[in-house]
Amino acid sequence: MFRLLAAMSAAVTLTLTAPAFSQTPPNVLVVGQIAEPKSLDPHAVTAVNDFRILMNIYDGLTRYKDGTLEVEPALAESWTVSDDGKTYTFKLRQGVSFHDGTAFNAEAVKFNFDRMLKEDHPFHDTGPFPLSFFFSAVEEVTAVDEQTVEFKLNAPYAPFLSNLAYPTGLIVSPDAVKQNGKDFGRNPSGTGAYRFGEWEANAKVVVVRNDDYWDGAPALEAIVYRPITDANTRIAEMLSGSLDVMVEVPPDSLGQFRGNADYTVLEQAGPHVWFLILNVKEGPFANKAVRQAANYAIDKKALVDNILQGTAEVAAGPTPPAFAWAYNDSLEPYPYDPEKAKALLQEGGYDGGELTFYVTEGGSGMLDPIAMGTAIQADLQAVGMKVKIETYEWNTFLGKVNPGLEGKADMAEMAWMTNDPDTLPYLALRSEAWPDKGGFNSGYYANPKVDELLNEARQVTDQSERAKLYQEMQTIVQEDAPWVFVANWKQNAVTKAGVENFKLQPSFFLMLQDVAKPQ
Amino acid sequence: MALYIVKRLLAAIPVLLGLTIIVFVIMAMIPGDPATAILGSYATPENVAKLNRDLGLDKPMVQQYFIWLGNILHGDFGRSFALNRPVLDEVLERFSATLILAGTSLVLCSILGLLAGVVSAVRQYGWADKVITLVVLVGISMPSFWLGLLLIYLFAVQLKLFPASGMFAIYGGGDLPDLLHHLALPAITLAAVATGVIARLTRTAMLEVLRQDYIRTARAKGVPESAVIYKHAFKAALVSVIPVIGIQAGFVLGGAVYIETVFQWPGIGSMLVKAISTRDLLLVQGGVLVVAAAYVLFNLAADVVQTMIDPRLR
Repeated sequence: MFRLLAAMSAAVTLTLTAPAFSQTPPNVLVVGQIAEPKSLDPHAVTAVNDFRILMNIYDGLTRYKDGTLEVEPALAESWTVSDDGKTYTFKLRQGVSFHDGTAFNAEAVKFNFDRMLKEDHPFHDTGPFPLSFFFSAVEEVTAVDEQTVEFKLNAPYAPFLSNLAYPTGLIVSPDAVKQNGKDFGRNPSGTGAYRFGEWEANAKVVVVRNDDYWDGAPALEAIVYRPITDANTRIAEMLSGSLDVMVEVPPDSLGQFRGNADYTVLEQAGPHVWFLILNVKEGPFANKAVRQAANYAIDKKALVDNILQGTAEVAAGPTPPAFAWAYNDSLEPYPYDPEKAKALLQEGGYDGGELTFYVTEGGSGMLDPIAMGTAIQADLQAVGMKVKIETYEWNTFLGKVNPGLEGKADMAEMAWMTNDPDTLPYLALRSEAWPDKGGFNSGYYANPKVDELLNEARQVTDQSERAKLYQEMQTIVQEDAPWVFVANWKQNAVTKAGVENFKLQPSFFLMLQDVAKPQ
Repeated sequence: MALYIVKRLLAAIPVLLGLTIIVFVIMAMIPGDPATAILGSYATPENVAKLNRDLGLDKPMVQQYFIWLGNILHGDFGRSFALNRPVLDEVLERFSATLILAGTSLVLCSILGLLAGVVSAVRQYGWADKVITLVVLVGISMPSFWLGLLLIYLFAVQLKLFPASGMFAIYGGGDLPDLLHHLALPAITLAAVATGVIARLTRTAMLEVLRQDYIRTARAKGVPESAVIYKHAFKAALVSVIPVIGIQAGFVLGGAVYIETVFQWPGIGSMLVKAISTRDLLLVQGGVLVVAAAYVLFNLAADVVQTMIDPRLR
């Protein structure tokens, strides 16, 4: 027994004298992620968590200008759009090569889109490519010459350029795909500021500096992404000094880092909107006055300040302000006014009938859905609306909400994060987007003027023209109130004070090209 | 003995087969599917149908099951939808991490539990007994994930003696001292409850045996006290404690799910939780199959050890 104790104490001593670990080396940035990435093939993934790595390994033909959601040239130096809006011709940047040494050219671009879109492409089976419908308008990609590539669309589609800036539009090395097949996602090769280093499953993904980066080599030698799914553990790692950057800090814990000189807290509102879908086809919400009453009755400021603890802002309409160029800043959010709500309920002839409210337990972008659902229920109750909550796990919830609320519920929580002002209203507010037609308009809102504006906005390629159409749409939709507009989420991150040039982007992508950490 | 082991192993086959059918049926019955989980907000019926077709999930369930079973017999566990890598690679990697954690915890709780139980029994009502009983009570009562968070706060955040999470250091590391360093906090956390249970049981069993006539006889013959306790009493008490350690092995494996999440230990428990929420059918099947096979083997091992210690069972 004593020998055993001796052995144990020896083991403990050994353990305690293990090397110091809580410092991260200079010029290496350690990022705490919320989950293990699925794949490093940008065409195969859907999660923001994976995008945070991908945007640093790859480039697209276009990208978002720093601090905005406006498109600027990246791998394409310039482009022209035909008058009918159906042909896009891109001039590609010269002298760029992939990390594997092969040249980036028009053929490579064609390979990327053919692989995603053509079922008979020899490498289509390296998918599936769940978000390839972002490019479903693309009919044919032609390599005109080495540096020129032409996209033919089946209809004018103005969001095309911003979809190219989305991770699904990032350009991968055709040679690496041919070599690795289905395992390309674990052996990625792009043109980005960092090249792939190693991926140790469930422990880390390492990317290292690309000294030949066309836009200037980054200052960091390497970035280490660590998947830490539990938020409390992520915080403990940050506090113990083993992380340089941590994303998605829970609201409760932000205060711990604020006002501490060792850390910097960053926040950035993004293209996110949290809303309630109202069933306008049947029941009390078929009446516009009742829908407006719900918008007046819910104290959004209290939700945002108390439940979300300032990690979101009150939403005014269907389009988040992060789309600055397309946002109608003359819109004011519905104020909290229970008396007005009561009057509107009377006007709308609400009979006090019970409303069914679908609430989810979690889900991407849903913030704190149960607590928010309960607070909303209480607010509606206070003006005389009886609300019955039904709570579902996220996948089940989507299975109930996406096919439409008819015959099941009067209202449902929902949140979207998009990359273009077109996406959400086009998919969720047009009468052509009712669930039976393959869209997400689960509340059956229909307004011919809104349909017209959204269709027209796709045809117009001039940004300021498009902006006007979206702004008009927002005014009409806010007045019609097919949703209760609740919140726009602010993404947050905490870095060690020694991390330089770290910025959050309204796109919610994590761009680390300019970040430095000298010590 | 060899025949007995072979028989037990053969009997396990229908159990495992039945289990895979149950898991398959449950996964088919719960709402949601991998395509919806992958697409999230973009899950239109059209997109879901296309993705399901690409994933090979548009065939009837029964056919899917037999395809899966056929592949398993050829050693092919399929590819995880959510992780885009072979199921077997992931499951084996994760399971070995869980075995390291659970195995260390089991050794730790057996040694500490037996030791505490014996001391407690020999010094009944003495101060050592009282202290041990108190500590054991606290250990059993405290939820283990809470204990884990406390240990992280104290040893990782405040004292910076141990890492807060992970299995190996992010740079350098990868050797045995590094592993032990990362293992210390999660293993102690996971062992806490089981240690308490084993300690209490050992104490009771020892007190029982110490009251027996042959112990009095041994003492009367002048056998040294240490020999009485360790050779005579402890061996006899062990017989009733071993099956409990076997059961605790199950609890330790099950409890690993929480501990793996708190300490970000890359084990199979946290993998299964994630796989279920993403409806990753093949990964769930592969994981459950391996865990179940391990349970069968552990139970068998416990029975064999007990038979070897207790001649009456032979």
